[in-house]
Amino acid sequence: MTTEFFSNDNLHLAHEIVSRYPVKKSALIPLLHLAQEQHGWVCDDAMRQIADLTGTTPAEVRGTGTFYEMFKFHPVGKYVVNVCTNISCQLLGGEELLAHAEQTLGVKAGGTTADGLFTLEDVECIAACTEAPCLQVNYRYRLKVTDDDFDTLIADLRAGRTAEIPEHGTLAAVRQHIPADAMAGIVPPEQATEMPVWLSRNNQDAGGQG
Amino acid sequence: MTDTANDVSTVSVTVNGVEIEATPGELLIDACERTGTYIPRFCYHPRMKPVGMCRMCLVEVDAGRGPGLQPSCMLPVSDGMRVETESDLTKKAQDGVLEFLLANHPLDCPVCDKGGECPLQDQTMAFGPGETRFVEEKRHYEKPIPISDTVYLDRERCILCDRCTRFADDVAGDTLIHFMDRGNNTQVNTFPDEPFASYFSGNTVQICPVGALTAAPYRFKARPWDLEETVSTAWTDSVGSRVTVQSSRNQVVRLLGVDADAVNWGWLSDKERFAFEALNSDRRLGAPQLRQPGGELVDAGWAPALAAVTDALKQTPASRVGLIGGARLTNESQYAWTKLFKGGLGTDNVDAQLGDGLPAQLVLSLRRASINEACRPGGTVILCGPDLKEDLGALYLRIRHAVVNDGVTLIEITPTRTGLSGIAAHSLHPAAGEVAALASALVAAQRGEAQGAAGVSAEQVAQAAAALSGPVTVVLGRPSIAESVDSVTAAALALTELPDVAFLSALRRGNVHGALDMGMAPGLLPGRTPLSAGTVSEVWANTPSEPGLDTEGMLRAAAAGELDVLVLLGADPLSDFPDRQLARKALEAVTTVVAIESLPNPSTLAYADVVLPAAMATEVDGTFTNLEGRVSVSEQKVTPPGTARADWMIASEIARRLGNDLGFGSTADIRAEMVSVSPLFAGLTEEALIEHRIEGVLVTGSSISLPSASAPETPHHDAYSLRLVTGRRMYDAGTMVQASSSSAGLAAAVAVRLGTADFERLGCAEGTTVRVASAQGELLVPVVHDRGVPTGSAALAANAPGSPANTLIDCSTSVTEVRVERP
Repeated sequence: MTTEFFSNDNLHLAHEIVSRYPVKKSALIPLLHLAQEQHGWVCDDAMRQIADLTGTTPAEVRGTGTFYEMFKFHPVGKYVVNVCTNISCQLLGGEELLAHAEQTLGVKAGGTTADGLFTLEDVECIAACTEAPCLQVNYRYRLKVTDDDFDTLIADLRAGRTAEIPEHGTLAAVRQHIPADAMAGIVPPEQATEMPVWLSRNNQDAGGQG
Repeated sequence: MTDTANDVSTVSVTVNGVEIEATPGELLIDACERTGTYIPRFCYHPRMKPVGMCRMCLVEVDAGRGPGLQPSCMLPVSDGMRVETESDLTKKAQDGVLEFLLANHPLDCPVCDKGGECPLQDQTMAFGPGETRFVEEKRHYEKPIPISDTVYLDRERCILCDRCTRFADDVAGDTLIHFMDRGNNTQVNTFPDEPFASYFSGNTVQICPVGALTAAPYRFKARPWDLEETVSTAWTDSVGSRVTVQSSRNQVVRLLGVDADAVNWGWLSDKERFAFEALNSDRRLGAPQLRQPGGELVDAGWAPALAAVTDALKQTPASRVGLIGGARLTNESQYAWTKLFKGGLGTDNVDAQLGDGLPAQLVLSLRRASINEACRPGGTVILCGPDLKEDLGALYLRIRHAVVNDGVTLIEITPTRTGLSGIAAHSLHPAAGEVAALASALVAAQRGEAQGAAGVSAEQVAQAAAALSGPVTVVLGRPSIAESVDSVTAAALALTELPDVAFLSALRRGNVHGALDMGMAPGLLPGRTPLSAGTVSEVWANTPSEPGLDTEGMLRAAAAGELDVLVLLGADPLSDFPDRQLARKALEAVTTVVAIESLPNPSTLAYADVVLPAAMATEVDGTFTNLEGRVSVSEQKVTPPGTARADWMIASEIARRLGNDLGFGSTADIRAEMVSVSPLFAGLTEEALIEHRIEGVLVTGSSISLPSASAPETPHHDAYSLRLVTGRRMYDAGTMVQASSSSAGLAAAVAVRLGTADFERLGCAEGTTVRVASAQGELLVPVVHDRGVPTGSAALAANAPGSPANTLIDCSTSVTEVRVERP
């Protein structure tokens, strides 16, 4: 019995992805991404069909997928909001931001709003410690977030004013979003004449390192 | 440096100051164990790839760069290596690993089935911290969840050693359990609604180093320290897997696989493992039965029952008496029954098989391979027989291992896909009844003359022939009872033309190979000797000179009124003979049906006039012969129910009453006579059987010559008919499966399976009930689409509950043509 989850276009793409690898099983994770892109999360039917396409078993697909935090095996909101509460963010108000987010959205961390729009998550370090406290919406960064910034962000998302943030699961447009004024530039260290942008921006002393 | 330093075949390792020799590539943990230093471990299992998961086997190793802790299960030995397994550093590591393993392990040992035989418990005592420092709350999961009908999983007890999941994936190829989630939440689990329905699931229970996996038949039945045990042989199929039979209070409670290198490597199929439940079934016969004039079977004493049997035999000329069955008896019982019939009564109408196997002459004359020879690296296995995963589970595991890990090439010539198709280099599926043509084509292609045959293209045949390399082993059996055996015989004879070829017989019943060796087939005498050789010994006074009838012949003779007494030795012709209509006619026509059996079966319930209760395996002493010809002991562990007796005692009793005493007082007497009547059995001395308790004694040689056979004509393919393919499933309506409480429910409801083209032509949804009709009869069964069934065939399992496929089969035809129609 064949399980049908993928849309025709995605099924076509899935076969193409499988053909990229000498061993079919290697396509397992790319196909999980594809399933999540189509459906927002990975459902049982998707795993059954992936098993079929890769010559594995559903147990193997689920076992592999559940190792990865970014694959969701239960319904999540259109926007997954990850608020960092790891050390740097914690010191600079990450936990307070999370508390504010819980209040604004009306759900506890881990929950999804009743309208299915937002899932709020409390996450460990998302590698933007210099910009603490920070969060991600569908893995797009928002840096140095204040409570007001958060409310604005949520209002923008609700109003559809955030074209750069696609629905949860969308893969092709994932890019790290770094504001132009926070980019480090491509000057080799030995040719650098000024302090690095992430220090100069904060008017902090370079600590004698040059 | 030592003398062996320059010798590439050994390396020298110092373990705790003592120098030992090891082979290059050998794992340190194995080298140490072999030389008497046991390193504790949980995840490492000698029959599976090491993964270094549990860290329990950490030892202090200095391989030239200073001492450090290394997992000895992942470390091959190297010359000059210095190992400390009892140093302070090693002890500290072991202590620490155990403390971490116990952090989340519940201390419910008093109510845990594993308590008393638990590696975690034992090694904690031997190597671990005396007391716990852990006061935090442990991880909690729902207490045992059933991951299949027989296996329960308690995730709290699991230490994530990866043994069960590795077994399922690497050994059995049924990746139905897997690690799920991550970090502290990592757990073994199944996919939702897809249970661990593997034929080999019981092995995971046996290798679990903690009490996480338990099997329903043994849960809370006994404590390890109360068990008595003996080494024996599994009796449900002909692989002859070595087992430990464990009993408590005169009841068998568990079977464990024993690692016999030549046979089963410690693995068992669930059918072998859980078949002991039938011993304790409340349907067991404990007293003889006589059919009353009213028609019902009523318990009787042995004296009147035996008198009824001997009266019938005395009044009947030997040529009008027949014996069917006996393939599940011990060698000794088979010898006694054969002696009673061939040496005493003087009839050759004896057949242990029920027309569903292979001709005895063929099996005994082919050059044989052992399992280890079939699995030699670099060789080729041709599967020309049944689906081994269904029929001979432990052999399936051995061959799977050889193909996946040892570079053995597998070529299938089977009517449908099998459990091995996924790893076969080439899967050729000839049209039913035409396997001989394909075998001949393969042999011709090997000589450079490629041609297509039996619906398989010339190109496919040529590719398969090109893949033949090294020594070839043909695993030969009966893939389908819906086609004539002659096609398989002719295929086997064609395959003997291949260079360096040997055969492994895949007949299924427990001791069917022993039966053939004991002469339980027409035209044979004990010791793989033809009847034409004359009598085996003066003790076989009345040996007939003319070959008698096989099962089909006896049933035909009975149906025609030419047979008066039929003895069924644990046989169920109605269910197992390919042609149910003929079996029924024969049983109806014959005057006296005598059944010797342990559990009532449909044939004897309906037709037996006298039933004599027989003991089962583990209730009698004896030996079994496996498909290689390997003879191994099966010891008595419990007593039979009621007044049931060993089959050989029943034969002796009947013989004595007929006035020709067999002269046996014990199984040792019988074996002594076996040794004296045939040079084939010369090695089966008591000393040899004791010395080779684990591996058994391989019996080789034969004085039977190859039979001749030609492939039967098959009818032209007709656009409306499909050819029936009827193979066995592991769980069916068989008496023994149905008497095992945990297996009975696993017999799947039957469905007719059609290939894509035929399924689409039928044009109905999966699961729709369709009519499968042959000239002989019809069945109403659901239809299922199966890409593994070739166009033109319809697959329907044999002896399925409620839908006996043999009602469709006429055993006089070469193939069974059926029409599959919407009702």
